[in-house]
Amino acid sequence: MHLDHSHDGPSAVSADARRPDGSRRALRIGLGGPVGSGKTATVAALCRALRDELSLAVVTNDIYTREDAEFLLREAVLPPERITAVETGACPHTAIRDDISANLEAVEDLEDEVGPLQLILVESGGDNLTATFSKGLVDAQIFVIDVAGGDDIPRKGGPGVTTADLLVVNKTDLAPYVGSDLARMAADAKAQRAELPVVFQSLRAEDGVRDVADWVRAQLAAWSA
Amino acid sequence: MSRAALLVLADGRFPAGGHAHSGGAEAAVKAGRVTGAGSLEDFCRGRLHTAGRVAAALAASAALGVDPVSLDAAADARTPSPALRVAARKLGRQLLRAARAVWPSGELDALARAFPKGAHQPVVLGVAARAAGLGPVDAAYCAVYESVSGPASATVRLLSLDPFEATAVLARLAHEMDLVVDQAVEAAREVVDNGVDALPASSSPLLEIGAEVHAAWAVRLFAS
Repeated sequence: MHLDHSHDGPSAVSADARRPDGSRRALRIGLGGPVGSGKTATVAALCRALRDELSLAVVTNDIYTREDAEFLLREAVLPPERITAVETGACPHTAIRDDISANLEAVEDLEDEVGPLQLILVESGGDNLTATFSKGLVDAQIFVIDVAGGDDIPRKGGPGVTTADLLVVNKTDLAPYVGSDLARMAADAKAQRAELPVVFQSLRAEDGVRDVADWVRAQLAAWSA
Repeated sequence: MSRAALLVLADGRFPAGGHAHSGGAEAAVKAGRVTGAGSLEDFCRGRLHTAGRVAAALAASAALGVDPVSLDAAADARTPSPALRVAARKLGRQLLRAARAVWPSGELDALARAFPKGAHQPVVLGVAARAAGLGPVDAAYCAVYESVSGPASATVRLLSLDPFEATAVLARLAHEMDLVVDQAVEAAREVVDNGVDALPASSSPLLEIGAEVHAAWAVRLFAS
């Protein structure tokens, strides 16, 4: 992939940092993780936290419906023209990793139609612990797990847990009710991820998405520098 | 020509978006027309001799250097369903993206300039085959194989069909695929001399109708 190389023609063929007109494209951040861990809720909270300070859009990759896109539309976290659903043929991990063509078209169309954009969040449909985003599609990725999915997930590892640029452990408010040991999850995550950051969050809390939003702001500052 | 390049282009894992489409199989499964390996074979045979044949002739013509703009218009005229035209252009755009990265060529760049939102997939397939150093026979083979391999792999997911049975269906259709390729390449050579009206126009009304019904579903596994 040519990360800083422009091509002739109307659309870039890879993850070029510049758009065909020479302007810098939006930062793309992927959000993946198991079904029900709170990816869409995190995207919605990020949109609410960031929409007044920067120009952003969302691409969803649902498994068999437009459910995630429709949730975001219903919650009115962004105007409808800033939310696009990609159909994945029952395989979100294929659409975000092995064959990213539909997602690249979705992000480029968003920039063409509502741009200029600073940030595009690309959400994967719920998938397994090995589902990661291609570097040809996103610049950084967040893996979202939750305490109710089992506190052994950080120990089990897998590419999502071990390599994501940010690991989010969601629904910490549920830990006492499902018998999850947050200290153990933190220690296991540290063992798997070394210096890579981990955020424990509960979106039920006031400003619960703050840490993740701050991480996104830092990524954007580095991208724009 | 390189036989290995043909394998690269024909590989089901070539990253051009095909995995999200069922080639009409999802609508046919829901309607009860495809229920197992036997009816999958009937479905694939019908698709091969209609949509597959037209796609193969378009791809072979494009591989021979026929003007892609006129071929795209001819593909439109042979695709009554608006949903299928949208799907064909989407897949064409995705294939164009992949092909430009894999086999950079001035002809592919020109095609992208002429069709920023995508040309019909078989037309792009033919130009991509040229860029890969392949000929009309290779392009036609890719088109006919895709016309049946897409529905077969989708049916494995839709019906939990035994994958060995689904692949055996493809193997049983191999001889017919050869025949359709021959017809398509013959038609394409006529297109070079006499224009796009020499393209076949075989259609399958149930595929067209099924695609329109499918596009209106709120819940589906595949994009088409």
